[in-house]
Amino acid sequence: MQRRNFVKKATLSSMAGLIGAEIVFGNLLPKGYRPLALQDPDPFKMFDKDPEMVVLNSKPWNMEARAHLLNDKVTPNKFMFIRNNGIIPEKIDVQNWTLTIDGESADQTKTYSLAELKSKFKHHTYQLTLECGGNGRSEFDPPAKGNQWTIGAVSCAEWTGVRLRDVLEDVGIGSDAVYVGYHGADMHLSRDPNKEPISRGVPMQKALQDETLLAFQMNGEDIPIAHGHPLRLVAGGWPASVSGKWINRISIRNKEHDGEKMGGSSYRVPCKPVAPGEKVKDEDMCVIESMPVKSLITYPKSGATFPKSKSLNIKGHAWAGELEVSKVEYSIDFGSTWAPCTLEKPANRLAWQHFSAQIRFPVVGYYEVWARATDSNGKAQPMLLPGWNPKGYLNNACHRIAVKVT
Amino acid sequence: MENKGFWKGSRRVYRTLIVVCAVLVIFSIIAIYLMNGEQLNVQDSNAEYSTLPDNGDPNRIVDGIHVRTGLVEGEGLMTVVNNCTNCHSAELVMQNRMNKERWISTIRWMQKTQNLWDLGDNEEIIVNYLVTNYPPVEKGRREALSDIDWYQLKD
Repeated sequence: MQRRNFVKKATLSSMAGLIGAEIVFGNLLPKGYRPLALQDPDPFKMFDKDPEMVVLNSKPWNMEARAHLLNDKVTPNKFMFIRNNGIIPEKIDVQNWTLTIDGESADQTKTYSLAELKSKFKHHTYQLTLECGGNGRSEFDPPAKGNQWTIGAVSCAEWTGVRLRDVLEDVGIGSDAVYVGYHGADMHLSRDPNKEPISRGVPMQKALQDETLLAFQMNGEDIPIAHGHPLRLVAGGWPASVSGKWINRISIRNKEHDGEKMGGSSYRVPCKPVAPGEKVKDEDMCVIESMPVKSLITYPKSGATFPKSKSLNIKGHAWAGELEVSKVEYSIDFGSTWAPCTLEKPANRLAWQHFSAQIRFPVVGYYEVWARATDSNGKAQPMLLPGWNPKGYLNNACHRIAVKVT
Repeated sequence: MENKGFWKGSRRVYRTLIVVCAVLVIFSIIAIYLMNGEQLNVQDSNAEYSTLPDNGDPNRIVDGIHVRTGLVEGEGLMTVVNNCTNCHSAELVMQNRMNKERWISTIRWMQKTQNLWDLGDNEEIIVNYLVTNYPPVEKGRREALSDIDWYQLKD
């Protein structure tokens, strides 16, 4: 323990000695952050993640949670999934970080320093659900290409920042504005400086919502490096890829943004349903907007064994993209009958909602507890996989856990 | 005489140099230990790691697994390692299960958009390795729960 503290206190000069060069802006390093040149191959230490998190990909870094790790009402960093498309910026100079607003439909091109953004505009804090569009991809058949997320690419943290709307209005939004597209400081995997790993965005309507933030804090602290420090666009309820990290430029576009991963099969699904494995032409693919209704049983961990004399208390969260969740039910007989769960209201719009239920089991044996959420438009989660699509997005099939009553 | 003096002097310099070098080496070792202390400790206590002969070969294979990437040993392994793990990790290769046609279209996509080079004759070797060692598995519309880690639930 003592040695651990000592290690953490390793001075900048000793780090510099090991790298063989002065660490410029070393005094600005976030607490606990070790320069990438020294980054230990252990991603759990490097990103401050719980050892039970699962690494899907080390280049680029992609890591997901397991259901029982997401039991907190507000997701702490240690249980938050990481989804990167490129290489995390190697130099983050907070002091000189700027955000430029430009684009065909911007009245002017304007650049703000981080300090200006923070001082000029009002701060807002919201709990926002961010789910990777490909969460659940691993279940599609035929298999879909990409990181094989199971259920853990979702989080609901508390984000603090300024409203994107306030900043865009300060610049001036042209009457023909259709979309905003973000640009970040991450690097393409091929290290080609002319390529962006990802540059997505949202239609103006979403950009101008109260809850769409240019965030600089997560859970009351500086955003962790892996999650977009020092500035992240956060648009809850939509595929998390629209919540661009390490943002340094936002373009107000007069057409749907055409940045990297806006076209082809990226974050797009067939406009009309297709058979599993069917080839879909580019022009027949539509950009994913709001995420579908979904829920997760976060307590107990799958595999619980307990005596029949005891009832089982389950807990979890449910979310529905732009919408609210109107009810959550559970079934212990594979969907033959459903019973209601207690469901809380969201802390704010676009925050996930917590549910719970107390379950009694009729006889000893093996059970699966299934949860099913329904959104405010009456759409419920399917028990089977929803429509197949080439990249395996939007799997909102019911989550279930196994239990044994003895 | 002059010669003798020179040798005496240079021996002193030599000795000083040795001391300086030794001090530097010791400091470096201490510094490296401090930076990686916990990690080293973990490895020390892990018999599996300490008994592995590290012969310095970055492409050594243990129990049929290419240690550096985790890819399974098979015809074409090194062609895959050399062409497919430069930009992204091997984990991305292993977790994706595709048939020949879809692998080829994935390669075309990487060539068109991700700066992948022309693979020439290696393309066939790579695709054959992938479909042989990482074939698609049929999962149906919903799989049974598996690998359940049973435990006693405490209140």
